[in-house]
Order: sequence, then structure tokens, then C-alpha cells
Amino acid sequence: MCLAVPMKIIQINDDNTGIVAADDASYKVSLSLIKDPVVEEFVIVHAGYAIEKLDEEEANTRIDLFRELAEVNSEMVKQ
Amino acid sequence: MMKYIDDYKNPGAARKITENINTLAEKLPAAKRNFSIMEVCGSHTMAIARYGIRELLPENISLISGPGCPVCVTDAGYIDTAVELSRNGITIATFGDMINVPGSDTSLGKCRSEGADIHICYSPLSALELAEKNPDREVVFLAIGFETTIAPLMALLETAKSKNIKNLSIMTAFKLVPPALEALTSDPELKVDSFLCPAHVSAIIGERPYQLFVKKHKIPCVIASFEPLDILYGIEGILEQVVSNKAFVDNRYKRVVKQEGNTTAQHFMDKYLVPYDASWRGIGIIPRSGLKLKNEFDEYNTEKRFNIEVKPGKPNPACRCGDVLKGKIKPSECPLFRRTCNPFHPVGPCMVSSEGSCAAFFKYVK
Repeated sequence: MCLAVPMKIIQINDDNTGIVAADDASYKVSLSLIKDPVVEEFVIVHAGYAIEKLDEEEANTRIDLFRELAEVNSEMVKQ
Repeated sequence: MMKYIDDYKNPGAARKITENINTLAEKLPAAKRNFSIMEVCGSHTMAIARYGIRELLPENISLISGPGCPVCVTDAGYIDTAVELSRNGITIATFGDMINVPGSDTSLGKCRSEGADIHICYSPLSALELAEKNPDREVVFLAIGFETTIAPLMALLETAKSKNIKNLSIMTAFKLVPPALEALTSDPELKVDSFLCPAHVSAIIGERPYQLFVKKHKIPCVIASFEPLDILYGIEGILEQVVSNKAFVDNRYKRVVKQEGNTTAQHFMDKYLVPYDASWRGIGIIPRSGLKLKNEFDEYNTEKRFNIEVKPGKPNPACRCGDVLKGKIKPSECPLFRRTCNPFHPVGPCMVSSEGSCAAFFKYVK
């Protein structure tokens, strides 16, 4: 089962593992499948492995577009 | 508030995209008036049922669930072999979904209740720890999954090699998504007009395998994630292509899926594995749709290590999981559905797995 929850890297260990967190929960994961992990970056985790980084700029652009759509919708509802 | 999660559930935006979908559906050309979209990812199947996405769509747009649940497409004979190993005193480590899948005669869950040493792991890393802590025991990890799971398992082998761990092997039943798209599209009994491509499989393989497929078949492919807005936005993207008479790979999950995919993961997969013609439960053999360990890594290959062979199993003949997996019927059209087959007593794998179409229908569709 895939988890779509991006988790933030809060610690990187010498053995290519790290700790990631989402909300109050934190997990130990392997970072061996991603290049140059950096603390505070968000990653997607599958079966205990970070499988890709989240491109935050791209994520935020899309969120802004969705918010604009919601505003258009609420304007239409008001009319 | 979960960062990067709740924003993709914005109900106002969902209403607006749904409106756009309805407008596009009215503009579909006559030949494509009744249009089908197949999702080939168990997590999409689950999210579509959970958020009631089907109910939001106009009548002429149908969503078909494809073979995106790895447990569901694993042959019953694989379970039989794992059962046999556990009965011979081998320690089995597995993802939880596999425990209750019926084999030909019994399940791993029943073997465990009879005393077999079977461990449920969230991550294959737990299997490695198990092997490290018990050097006198043979540990077999049940390595089933698509590209998303294959990559971590190859990283695991890399670690096992570097730590010189000698008592861990994997029994592979790895499946690849692009050859399945090819097989489903070529099936004359099926009518799939477009694909909603998986999110995290795509994170590993990137856009290229779909580009080759679209070039050949001229079928729209959109990569999307699992949140409700992501799925609606993906469906909108597919319909936009059809209305403008185009077919291309539209990556609508760019925040995670890179054009080239995860090249580190691809490197590990190329290093350890080779393609072969794999058997999919309910579907049959699909050319080059599986990956198996290269001969030079026999010591990690359970079948070679114990000189055993996975033989075809004998699933319940009344179970129609195969037709469900190919999108030929809805789970509710199977005569066993909700009657003899339910999550408390699953007959087929699609009812067992949390990603299975039948389990999703049972839980969310009344």
C-alpha cells in the first residue's frame, strides 16, 4: 500500500539511515535510494525506504492553483 | 493540519474540477462518448472508493480498476511454496497483506496459528534485522510487489551483501506495470480508453516507459497521486487530451515524479535483476512483465537456495478475481461477493489485500 504522506527528514545517520517525521510521529527509514538527502527536506516513504524527494516549489505552486480554483468556485456559489 | 496533504483535499477546488470534468465529458467525440479510464494502482483503487470519486463523475465516464494490487496478482502456487517452507522450519518474513491470502489449501496465517515462524514486517529492513539477530536460522522474505517495492528490496540486498549476511534470501514474484498496460490494451475483450498511471511506481520508473507505450497505442496516460484533488485533476487531464484529440504522457504528480524517475533505484534494479515472462494470477503469462534475480545472486534466491520451484496453484474455481483484475467485471458481479467471500472469510486475493478491488468495494461501495 502506498502512503502519499510526505515526511520531513529530521535526522541523518552515518549508515545512510535517517529519521523522518509527519505530524507527531517519527520513523527510522533508509535513505539509500535518494541522492544527497538534507535535513528538513520532505521525502516519500515506501516500505521503510525514502523513494523520492518532494519538490516543494512544485507542490506549493499546485496548492496555490487549487486554492485559486476554490476561490473561483466560491465566487460562483455566491452569484 | 498535515503539510502537503490537506491542501490536496480542498473541497471548493474539487467542486470546480468536477464541473470541468462534466463540461469536458459533454464535449467528447461521438466515438468516445462512453469513455473508460483504468487505474493501475491499488492505492488509486482504494482512494477512488474511499472518496466516492465514481459518484462525482458523469454517467458516460467509467473508472475501471486494473491489476494494481501486488498481492492480488501473485499466483496461489507462490503461497503454497511459502507455506511449505514455513512447515519445514524456515522463518518467513512478509508484508501483512500476504498472511490471509488463500493458497490452494491453506494460508500463511493458519500456518502461523499452528506454530510456524512467520513474521509480519512493515519494511524489509525488519527481515534483515531478523536475520542478523538469528544467524542460526534461515530467513526468507516474501518479495512481492511492483517497481515501488522492488527498488527498496534491491537496496536491502545491497546492505545484506555489504554486511555479509548469509542467512537471508528473497522469494521473488516481482511484477512490472508497463508490460501489464501493454497486455491489457491488447486484450480484445477489454475496452480501456485511457490510463490513470500509478504515482509511486512512476516515481521509480519516470515518464519514459509510458511515452513508448503512448507512441505505440495513442492512448492518453496521466500520472497522478492519491489525494482526491490529485485523482480528479488526473481525470480532468485525460479528458482534456481526448477532447483536443491528443494522446500524450501528462505528469500531474511533478512534485514527486521526475521525468527520468529515480535513477539510483533503477541502478539497483538493473544490477540485481533481469526480466522474464511472469504469470499474473487471473491474467496469465505476460511477456517480460516480471523481474527475477540474476544467476550470480543465487545465494539470495530462495528457490535456488532450497532447490524448490513455485508451481501453479489451484485457486477456488468459483472466484472471479481474474476478471475483476482485468476490469471485465465489477466485484459486485462475482457470485461469491459479500456471500461466501468477504474480508472475514476471503476466498480470493482481491478481498484480502487492503488494496484489492473487492475489499475496496466491500468497505466503501454500498
